Amino acid sequence: MKNWKENILAPLLFTIVLLVLWEIACRLFSLPATVLPTPTAIAKAMVQYWPAIWQNGLQTLMTTLLGFGLAIVFGLALGIGIGWSKFIYGALYPVMIAFNAIPKVAVVPILIIWFGIGTIPAILTAFLISFFPIVVNVATGLATTEPELQDVLRALGASKLDIVRKVGIPRSMPYFFGSLKVAITLAFVGSVVSETIGANSGLGQMMLAAQAGFNVELVFAGVMALAILGIALYAITAMIERRFTGWAFRADGIS
Amino acid sequence: MVQPGEPLVELKNVSMTYGQGANAVKAVDNLTLTIKKGEFIAVVGPSGCGKSSMMKLISGLKPTSEGTLTIEGQPVKGPINKVGMAFQASNLLPWRTAVDNVLLPLEIVQPHRSRMSKEKAAYREKARALLESVGLGGFTDKFPWQLSGGMQQRTSICRALIHEPEILMLDEPFGALDAFTREELWCATRDIHQKRGVTAMLVTHDLREAVFLADTVYVMSDRPGKIVKVQHVDLPRPRDLEVTYTKPFQDLVHELRSHIGKH
Repeated sequence: MKNWKENILAPLLFTIVLLVLWEIACRLFSLPATVLPTPTAIAKAMVQYWPAIWQNGLQTLMTTLLGFGLAIVFGLALGIGIGWSKFIYGALYPVMIAFNAIPKVAVVPILIIWFGIGTIPAILTAFLISFFPIVVNVATGLATTEPELQDVLRALGASKLDIVRKVGIPRSMPYFFGSLKVAITLAFVGSVVSETIGANSGLGQMMLAAQAGFNVELVFAGVMALAILGIALYAITAMIERRFTGWAFRADGIS
Repeated sequence: MVQPGEPLVELKNVSMTYGQGANAVKAVDNLTLTIKKGEFIAVVGPSGCGKSSMMKLISGLKPTSEGTLTIEGQPVKGPINKVGMAFQASNLLPWRTAVDNVLLPLEIVQPHRSRMSKEKAAYREKARALLESVGLGGFTDKFPWQLSGGMQQRTSICRALIHEPEILMLDEPFGALDAFTREELWCATRDIHQKRGVTAMLVTHDLREAVFLADTVYVMSDRPGKIVKVQHVDLPRPRDLEVTYTKPFQDLVHELRSHIGKH
């Protein structure tokens, strides 16, 4: 692998140094485990509670991905609509900004009233929190199509649909995939927030239960699991981005 | 069918205004000119003089405010696919290779559009041949960012030509290139015009470029653009770059310069 020093060695080294410092600090100041457990204690807890972490992790992953999937479908549709027509833009944009300004934590209780405690509010929260960046990015990609290029095509008798299909949508794909990286982490946050407020399973609910039982190691084990899952989701999205819009990450040309 | 040498495009007292009411800006004023089939005309003038507006008029992208504009005797009412355009920025699609960029117009213009899926291979071959004719034989499958500025502009011109338009419109297509590449592309454009017998309209502010390429040079005034000078270029064709260093050529350039920025 190329650049393995930067891509693998450097982050690995930094993480290890961070954990070691953490361990030393805990022991040096003899912090009680109920305030900040040492990384080794957290690792032990992760092994000990692995079945619970695994099961709840799968639940969180499932709600995140379903919410994310919904966000992609609606985000693309709305983004294309808003980028397509100034009228749709004018109609929807203010409402969407207002909606996006609402902290999604405030929406979760309503979702729980409607759908009951469980999986559906988590999926919907993940969806609601993550679709906005997709909409904005797709719309921007469409709206910034070069006017000269539009002239070239319009002079040939191209319809608006032609221009959007041949130029607008492919052109907005790097924006779209870029926004997915933001959206996937947001969806994850949405799921966990919803689980923390009202759910029967999921990492958020597991951490809430652990906190109620003063099982601080498990709370931190949950945090670790979230961090690892978050990195994995981000990395997968970034890989998909490179796979589909490689042309936007240009290598050096011949001149 | 209009024969070579007969009038193809005719403008009579054409004016065009952007905006309405108090904000109205007159872009071009009272243009009268005739472009013959196969003729190469150049329009020069200070920046903002309505050169590009004139192109948009003839390509049907913008309607005339006054006067009449006809192509092949038919009034122009909207975009006509008899036109191919290239601009200062090549505007190639970065996700398509050179040959796929050249194919783009065929995916839009009828009758090619409906034949596209059936005769893809033949069209592709045609695009390849066209790229080869401008010296891009080995680069047809490269992406735009793998091409130099001059190559990108050649590709852009090929894209403007693939559907065999009556009129090739070039809006300062060499403006962003270095001096040597620009001269190379002058020659490429000269050869295209010569070989294909296409009618060409070049908008530029480079007087040497205009004189080298054109049969007729129109000088426009500051906004609102009016034609202040029509200069026929009688230098024999085919012209070699050497001609740009001769006295008659330089006299013409000098003469044109004296009409710019003067009313």
